[in-house]
Amino acid sequence: MNKHIDKKALKVSRRGFVGGAAGVSFSFALGGSLLDAGEALAQGASGKLNAYVTIATDGGIVIMTPAPEMGQGVNTVLPLIIAEELDADWSKVKVQQAPVNAAYNHPIFRGQYQVASLTTRGYWMPLRTAGAQARRVLLDAAAQRWGVPVTELTTEPSMVVHAGSGRKMGYGEIAGFAQTPEKLPEIKPEDLKPVARFRLLGKDVQRIDIAEKSSGKMLYASDVQVPGMLYGTIARAPRRGSAPKSFNRDEIKAQPGIVEAVAFDDAVGIIGNTVEAVFAARHKLKADWSEGRGAKNNSETETQDYLAHVRDPSRKGVVVRQTGDANAAIAGAAKVVSGEYTTDYVYHAQMEPLSCTASVTPDGVEVWAGTQWPTKSVAEAAKAAGVGPEKVKFHTMQMGGGFGRRAYVEYVVDAVMLSKAVGKPVKMIQSREDDLRAGKFRPLTAQKIDVGLDANGKVVGWRHRIAAESVYPDLYGQARLDNDKGVDFIVIAGADMPFYDVPAHVADHIYEQNGARVAAWRGIAAGYTNFAIEAMIDDLARQAGKDPVEYRLALFKDPRGKKVIERAAQLADWGRKREGRALGISFAKLGIPPVGFSMIGTVAEISLDRPSGKIKVHNLWCAADVGLPLQPSNIVAQIEGSLVFSLGAALKERITTRNGQVEQSNFHDYEVLRMSEMPEIKVEVISSGPIPLPVGELAIGGPIPAVANAFLALTGKRLTAAPFTPDRVKKALA
Amino acid sequence: MAVAFTINGKAASVDAGPNTPLLWVVREHLKLTGTKYGCGAGLCGACTVHMDGQAVASCQTMLSAVAGKKITTIEGLSEKGDHPLQKAWVAEQVPQCGYCQSGQIMRAAELLAKTKTPSREQIVTHMDGNICRCGTYPRIVRAIERAAREG
Repeated sequence: MNKHIDKKALKVSRRGFVGGAAGVSFSFALGGSLLDAGEALAQGASGKLNAYVTIATDGGIVIMTPAPEMGQGVNTVLPLIIAEELDADWSKVKVQQAPVNAAYNHPIFRGQYQVASLTTRGYWMPLRTAGAQARRVLLDAAAQRWGVPVTELTTEPSMVVHAGSGRKMGYGEIAGFAQTPEKLPEIKPEDLKPVARFRLLGKDVQRIDIAEKSSGKMLYASDVQVPGMLYGTIARAPRRGSAPKSFNRDEIKAQPGIVEAVAFDDAVGIIGNTVEAVFAARHKLKADWSEGRGAKNNSETETQDYLAHVRDPSRKGVVVRQTGDANAAIAGAAKVVSGEYTTDYVYHAQMEPLSCTASVTPDGVEVWAGTQWPTKSVAEAAKAAGVGPEKVKFHTMQMGGGFGRRAYVEYVVDAVMLSKAVGKPVKMIQSREDDLRAGKFRPLTAQKIDVGLDANGKVVGWRHRIAAESVYPDLYGQARLDNDKGVDFIVIAGADMPFYDVPAHVADHIYEQNGARVAAWRGIAAGYTNFAIEAMIDDLARQAGKDPVEYRLALFKDPRGKKVIERAAQLADWGRKREGRALGISFAKLGIPPVGFSMIGTVAEISLDRPSGKIKVHNLWCAADVGLPLQPSNIVAQIEGSLVFSLGAALKERITTRNGQVEQSNFHDYEVLRMSEMPEIKVEVISSGPIPLPVGELAIGGPIPAVANAFLALTGKRLTAAPFTPDRVKKALA
Repeated sequence: MAVAFTINGKAASVDAGPNTPLLWVVREHLKLTGTKYGCGAGLCGACTVHMDGQAVASCQTMLSAVAGKKITTIEGLSEKGDHPLQKAWVAEQVPQCGYCQSGQIMRAAELLAKTKTPSREQIVTHMDGNICRCGTYPRIVRAIERAAREG
């Protein structure tokens, strides 16, 4: 079935390797030709052996990349980690997208699943070990061949060296006689390469996907061409739980080029011979939808309701973070400082609208999808097709942006259902309007923070309340929420305060249940929790008559946190007064205790056009501590990208609902940041240890509070509702 | 009704409705999938191609308007992916997800064809119709400047 698509299309890169030419290739995982490695593994040929590295007798090396690529560069850095430990000549490496197979599971998520900026962090040790293991097998084979102790051997890129005799042997040559041992050698931490001897990591190796992405050759799910395929689109119900009671099926089916129109549980699917026919018919769809949940939802009312909830002490939320007794400390405090904050729904707006191609046949189902969750995609495709997961042939495609949206896989099910309905391959493409209106947004939130100060102005207690719809049930199911003791770790992410000296802290989540469709959005909750926290820190500094940088430095109990704030302030020349402009600073972090935290200091320089209420951000300066930077230039790119993304949410991005309907439809009324609105950006990457820490979403938490704090410095007024649209700015100034 | 035009230097004839967007003609009828669908409303620039040397939104250009015209897509911008902009895109490591980049490059190519050494302001004004959700704007600017410099 794979013949439908050019094999080359599935290769991640074509960098200089001719695979399997010799025919007697050596593999640590399996025998046979390199080109079949992926398929063999997909058929379950892997297992206990090293599933990542295959070396051919001509010296060509195939490295499997276990994670899907959504733009953050994992398909370069993950293979690079293996190549580093293998001591491979990178120019001889070809990267191949791994199939969906437990051998490639992320160690934290126990599946091929990409969220929370944990891909590199999670795979770091397994991939180093895999690379080191492969190298060790080559060393052992060479030692045996030469009759020397393995301890006398070293490696140069793709070459085993015996310094004593001056002998050298290439990896390809060794592959010609080496045997995969029954039990792969055990690799201890001390067997791994010291960071100081890295040849590839930390050196800004070029990404493997750039040439294809600059020539139109990179293939996304929406680019798949399968012989005999039809086109389909999905009109999702306007609200969660709503179903099509009836629709003008006869009229739709009578449209030129339309083959079928089907009602699904929460959608109507249209299938036709061309995409233009399907999109034209979509415009003629008239469906009567059942009310579902949230039929009366109105985002304006929700904001007010949620605010009332966080203000009401009798309304108990789920306590998600607790250190000491914050409520008692605040009750006994000499002074209490309070702040309230709201944020709107925001939309992922990934550039490639949801799309997926599926082909259901009597033998099973073949699926082409760009997804953050390949493992779940396979399971859901199997369920939708009514076959076992072993009957799913799945192609992990490049994503045209993910940002959390493609952690949901309902569009995979859509494509399978469409194909099933007509018994032919179907390429499903959602229109931008449908992608937006049926979006799963970052939840609308209201927050309240109360801080107790003692007579000397020292923080004694901190209480943070968050009212928001829960993200968990839709993503992980109710059972997982129950299992996590009712704590939605997505919605409250970032509400913990491990680095400031706050002796008593409590955060609770008031569950709102309006039936809004919500999701994790890049940075998870940092876009709002960190806005509230860092705005409050600035308010406290102001109350104390202290400079915001000095106040933070005094409040930090963590030297890394201090450093990112100090460096960001230095980059911005913090002390310098600027005519008509002001600076604001924020601290943000990303991580969870077991894996460690990355940290970033962000300074925004803004000016304000008072008559129009328009904020202009001129500069952003960041200092980011990412642990061990593996690809520094790409880390800067990820931080720049996050800053742009977050600045959109700070200034413009906003989904509103009225009577359960999303009011926006496309980029004219859901505006994202454009080039003319870009500030100058300067990012400094700080290296702080032997482990790569989360990067992809680190910078999301910075700009919103930094801009709000700059506004406070400029005007003396606090912006409390994000985005800071001109009307809200004028209201704050009034 | 078949409409004849030139695409990437080759004659083409496509039989589709006159109101079929050029975007789908290029992507699905001619299988040149480097040109992307982003909004279908001329708002994002992902579908940018050249028509007689002018950058146009292919989602807003109907097949009937293409008769006899010369269309260039990202696949036809250079023979080996070595247009100065493409080389600069690699040198500056511009793309992240990459989905918008064909449109970005086609838009930038129009600028450089008209203005050999554009100012920063000219670049920003010219490129403002093209959205990049990954936020590669700083690198796009640098790559255009590099392409102008290195030719």
